Amino acid sequence: MTARRIAVDYMSRVEGETALDLEIKDGTVTSAQLRIFEAPRLFEALLRGRSYAEAPDITARICGICPVAYQMSAVHAMEDALGTRVEGQLSALRRLLYCGEWIESHALHVVMLHAPDFLGFDDAIAMAGQHGTMVEAGLALKKAGNHVLRVLGGREIHPVNVRVGGFYRLPTPDELAPLADELREARTHAKTLLRWVAGFAFPAYERDYEFVALRHARDYPFNEGRITSSRGLNIPAHAFSDEFEERHVAHSTALHAVLKRRGSYLVGPLARYNLNFDRLPGEIQDLARAAGLGPVCRNPFQSIIVRAVELVYACDEALRLIAAYDMPPHPALPLTPRAGIGHGCTEAPRGLLYHRYALSADGSIANATIVPPTSQNQLSIEEDLRDVAQGALALEDERLRALCEQTIRNYDPCISCSCHFLKLSVRGR
Amino acid sequence: MAAHKPRLAVFKFASCDGCQLSLLDCEDEFLALAGAVEIAYFPEASSTMAKGPYDLALVEGSITTAHDAQRILKIRRQSKRLITIGACATAGGIQALRNFADAQEMLASVYASPHYISTLAKSTPIALHVPVDFELPGCPVNKAELLEVLSAFLIGRKPVIGAHSVCMDCKARGTPCVLVQGTPCLGPVTHAGCGAICPAYRRGCYGCFGPMEQPNTASLATVWAKTGATKRDIHRAFRGITAAAPAFAKEGDAHDG
Repeated sequence: MTARRIAVDYMSRVEGETALDLEIKDGTVTSAQLRIFEAPRLFEALLRGRSYAEAPDITARICGICPVAYQMSAVHAMEDALGTRVEGQLSALRRLLYCGEWIESHALHVVMLHAPDFLGFDDAIAMAGQHGTMVEAGLALKKAGNHVLRVLGGREIHPVNVRVGGFYRLPTPDELAPLADELREARTHAKTLLRWVAGFAFPAYERDYEFVALRHARDYPFNEGRITSSRGLNIPAHAFSDEFEERHVAHSTALHAVLKRRGSYLVGPLARYNLNFDRLPGEIQDLARAAGLGPVCRNPFQSIIVRAVELVYACDEALRLIAAYDMPPHPALPLTPRAGIGHGCTEAPRGLLYHRYALSADGSIANATIVPPTSQNQLSIEEDLRDVAQGALALEDERLRALCEQTIRNYDPCISCSCHFLKLSVRGR
Repeated sequence: MAAHKPRLAVFKFASCDGCQLSLLDCEDEFLALAGAVEIAYFPEASSTMAKGPYDLALVEGSITTAHDAQRILKIRRQSKRLITIGACATAGGIQALRNFADAQEMLASVYASPHYISTLAKSTPIALHVPVDFELPGCPVNKAELLEVLSAFLIGRKPVIGAHSVCMDCKARGTPCVLVQGTPCLGPVTHAGCGAICPAYRRGCYGCFGPMEQPNTASLATVWAKTGATKRDIHRAFRGITAAAPAFAKEGDAHDG
């Protein structure tokens, strides 16, 4: 019997702390594990007893990369529990804020974290030597996204302006106008990046995933829509726990979210795109086609192209929202605390993010459940690893390890997000 | 010359990654910074993960596991200078709310099999474990302050970081005081650095930069009570992002129950 082990003790260019372990016996991959050793932070427990109004500020701290996603799922769940609904321009401003986060997060991942895999560099700094224009375009895009977050949210990371019921202060049209100039430039950069990543060499790998994403009657999904899948799932947010569950898997350090009836599934840009291609404006669809994508993409390595498509879309959408902005009379809806249960599902840059809160009569949180995208994708990541590695066993260790890391980065995993569910694993062997 | 560039390392403990992301959020300065130092260890940004010793270590996150309590000792031994960045590293972070509760009970409420989990009862700042050369507060840190601290250490001078309250920055910014309008605000006792953004967005400061030097928290609590804040409101306010910072922990205790 021949045994081979491919290990990455500390994954780089992902958010948070994780390791990879691949066991190969007699030419068969027998085990592929993403071991997460990020320290648990117990968010769901520390939310108990806090006011409903504190949830956006507290849950933002789960993730420094996608705090707006946590704020958005939190406010929607709280408004659901309190029996109200934010609409019109307040809802449009939330969508604008989310555009800022998608731009910032996708630009970071496409250029600084993922592209170096395709071009054989350790990082974007080394890559800048040969691809300086692209690194600069990525940084300019990221800056534009961050600028939206700063103007609308007060700061880039952990914005302070998001409130259950709306905002604390509304931006004036004059404050939003300068963003438009920067976003128009950002849009050009995004198209440049899209053409660039479309030319990368992609491993010929496809898998028949069950894609899960929000779907809205009219729009490409950010804050609203029903939870749908490529195998016919179509449920409102409050039915999440009927269809999905989190399993404590013995080998792993994480709770894995699974579809009760079918097992693993995939959330994130690929799922959003595949389930909502018809919700993209014609011009964006044409750009996607020109970049070599069809209406459905099952190659996870091409998620970098989909992120670039979403970058162009998010710039466009932000521009559209700014142009249509009509300052509402009040920054937030009036709210009355009451006992109730609320659910919220929004599309974080990395995919579906579910929050559920039970409130007491005084508006205190009785209990909280948060299911981040990365714990939903973890099973798919491990299945990809097993498949991809099995098809590439002829590679020497170093190349195989690099391919495995790239396979994980396809998901832009955010370990900091998922870690509040995780037990600490003992590393090293 | 290139061989003598200072070696920079960025380490993560229990945290959200936001403070180290602030470094990547320096879009205009990042490539220049990368040219001025050797980024020897920064896993979030690079697959180059060089061994120590390092000239400067930036540490994000708090200590919450026995393993991490050992890891920070090793990092300190490898690092000529060590700077902690953010509320987690300097005060224990939001996860230090466990310090005031029954941590085992909290674990049982989150995990199906709590006996698998290895975590300490308290989340503690780095400075409780090793000597720290400079502490930069904030949740997240202000990126301009982060660049100032980096530049200062690279040149060998003392960083110029104000230790005054958020209140002073509101005055400088010309923001009308929200506290006198009846909005509970922690600005008078909170360390400056954020740019006094919350009052500028018409809400009270919620203390994410932690206590300023010698804050008069008791006096502020009295003002809050006069504007109608309940004991529970005051308790919650001090049990926030930097709950375990001694001044805030003490004031929170005073309004418990």
